[in-house]
Amino acid sequence: MSSIFFQNVRLIDPASGRDSMGSLLVEDGLITAIDPKDPPKNARLIEGNGAVLCPGLVDMRARFDEPGAEYRENIDSGAQAAVAGGITTLALLPDTDPAIDNPALVHYIRRRGEETGLVSIHPYGALTKGCAGGDMAEIGLLKQAGAIGFTDGARAIADTKQMRNLLAYSGFLDTVIILHPEDPSLAKGGCATASPQAVKMGLPQIPACAEAMMVARDLRLAALTGARIHFSHISTGEALSLIAAAKQQGIRVTCDTAPPYFAMTEADIGDFRTYAKLSPPLRQEADRRAILAGLADGTIDAIASDHSPADADDKRLPFAQARAGGTGLVTLLGVTLQAGLPLLDALRLLTIAPARLLGLPAGTLSIGAAADLCLFAPEEEWVVTAGSLPGRAQNTPFDGQTLKGRIHRTFYHGREVFTAEGLSA
Amino acid sequence: MSPTHHIPHLLGIEGMTEKDITPFLDLAESYALLSRSRNAPRDVLQGRTVINLFFEDSTRTRTSFELAAKRLGADVVNMTVATSSVNKGETLLDTASTLNAMHCDLLVIRHAQSGAPALLSQKVEASVVNAGDGMHEHPTQALLDGLTIRRHFGRLSGLKIAICGDIAHSRVARSDIHLLRAMGNDIHLAGPPTLLPNALGTLEGVTLHHNIDDALKAADVAMCLRVQRERMGSGLVPSAREYFSLFGLDRRRLALAKPGALVMHPGPMNRGVEIASAVADSPQSVISEQVEMGVAVRMAVLDRLSRMKNPA
Repeated sequence: MSSIFFQNVRLIDPASGRDSMGSLLVEDGLITAIDPKDPPKNARLIEGNGAVLCPGLVDMRARFDEPGAEYRENIDSGAQAAVAGGITTLALLPDTDPAIDNPALVHYIRRRGEETGLVSIHPYGALTKGCAGGDMAEIGLLKQAGAIGFTDGARAIADTKQMRNLLAYSGFLDTVIILHPEDPSLAKGGCATASPQAVKMGLPQIPACAEAMMVARDLRLAALTGARIHFSHISTGEALSLIAAAKQQGIRVTCDTAPPYFAMTEADIGDFRTYAKLSPPLRQEADRRAILAGLADGTIDAIASDHSPADADDKRLPFAQARAGGTGLVTLLGVTLQAGLPLLDALRLLTIAPARLLGLPAGTLSIGAAADLCLFAPEEEWVVTAGSLPGRAQNTPFDGQTLKGRIHRTFYHGREVFTAEGLSA
Repeated sequence: MSPTHHIPHLLGIEGMTEKDITPFLDLAESYALLSRSRNAPRDVLQGRTVINLFFEDSTRTRTSFELAAKRLGADVVNMTVATSSVNKGETLLDTASTLNAMHCDLLVIRHAQSGAPALLSQKVEASVVNAGDGMHEHPTQALLDGLTIRRHFGRLSGLKIAICGDIAHSRVARSDIHLLRAMGNDIHLAGPPTLLPNALGTLEGVTLHHNIDDALKAADVAMCLRVQRERMGSGLVPSAREYFSLFGLDRRRLALAKPGALVMHPGPMNRGVEIASAVADSPQSVISEQVEMGVAVRMAVLDRLSRMKNPA
């Protein structure tokens, strides 16, 4: 029997509300005791020195470009980046090439995830065939194969009637529909939020209300059909107000945001920095503040990495032609800690909240749970350096920033899958 | 045109009571026996003219009405009108005046538009029989389904009847629901939400299910409706294989119903979509008997309407 004893750790378990010093015992991959006094014989001893031990993070939105564009990020390289970011559970977007619109491909992603031995990988299924926004994918069969939700990834469904049918059909499957809320015709060709700065830069623009318009439409359709919907990477205050009101009315809606939308603004694209070209585009300061407020007041249910790999050639282009998206796995925790939330609340948005939203048995430190753990020093700083980050893709919008919350170790099912430089394995 | 309120029509089941329905079934039952013994009375409609006016392709129903009329000795004319040229109300009324001038007695009409037979009935002096209009009603199908069930159980009440498939686009479903409710049965409808209108759940005696297993549990009758290939991939259902996997009536699911439960289908079937061949061809299947009862029911309908119009 292999066992690991963590001592002098600050145990934070948002599921139970615990945040206090203690110890934790892992045996054969499971958490078997919380606050045991002494380590069993032969247990490996890990001295925390007051570092935080929390559940492995749960990232509900990441893209690895496998199958189809593995040169950007494949499942192995992505998994390595994930564990370096303290993430042990991942939901992968299906808009790959080919899209995950066939039960065999769901099995493929799950098997590839298991082969990494580093993280739990859960595929979303395509909402429409090829994630092309047209005919409905076989979402019943995809769910049977293990798809944990349905989405067209970075694409919104333009056709309202089709959206209605998709939501109606999904209603009986007890699943969640993950949406990229951006009016496709308003967004077409645009790469920056409409603003005086974007006008000066001469960039094609997308009005910020493109998000609220889609949110408004889909909330109405969710009310009509009874479907459960989730909006990804919410980035505007207007959309948040609509979601907050819908929650009051009992509409089955949740939402997440991604770190760039509360840590950055359009000012960050100032020098035509393509690493800060994201979808949706970075917003103005008022929206950034609204997202912070939404995190604090609970309107936002989770924080996701929105990891979108690009290689150098994708980004070394004029701004409008560069590929949108940034990596986010390694920086997920550090940037979230900047949001000014109590640590317990910040970690809730990264663990139990997304796990419950997706119905996954993860994100908690309870006895009997798989020992998926993240050990990090909340005050210890590190510098984000594109080019030397774990994983294949290096297109981080946070390049050069100093972040707190250095991750020391990550455990997956009781095995140490990441150890920070300078620490003994 | 003279007022036609005194002319009897069969436009739908909605509004009919047990007292209205039972005489049709009783008469049809006797015609079923006479047809089997090749002794149908050829003089019942002698000298009467029946026009089958079909604005929509149909082989089964048109043949059934034609046989029914011929077995009762009527003169039958079949008019099949190309669908494309006639979906305008003006043309339909022009057709009505033309037919009126020909003095036919019974007009059997099928039309792709809901309400077309009702419109026609206001303009002709013949008795109009609705042979299926759009997504509205198909009353003779409901009567033949009712008769088939009654012959097997000895009654047409107090039964648990599961109807599975494309309820939303089905005129058969609507007529069956009206008839089975009027007779006092427990109706369970099953299908994906895109093919099962929530509004039907507000009817007394009707329960909706998105899980077909729940609808079939302890059912006396398992009725499948056709799910047209056109619905597949149209945004309503992703594929035939997904439909069959989630909603198809196969042996495992049929075993949830009562032992010996009847398997029914109005046809034409999509084997491997809404129903497995093993079920369609099983001893529990009464699909062929439904076709047989179809002729008998249509004989009864033509006979009764003719008599109501021309009392002896």
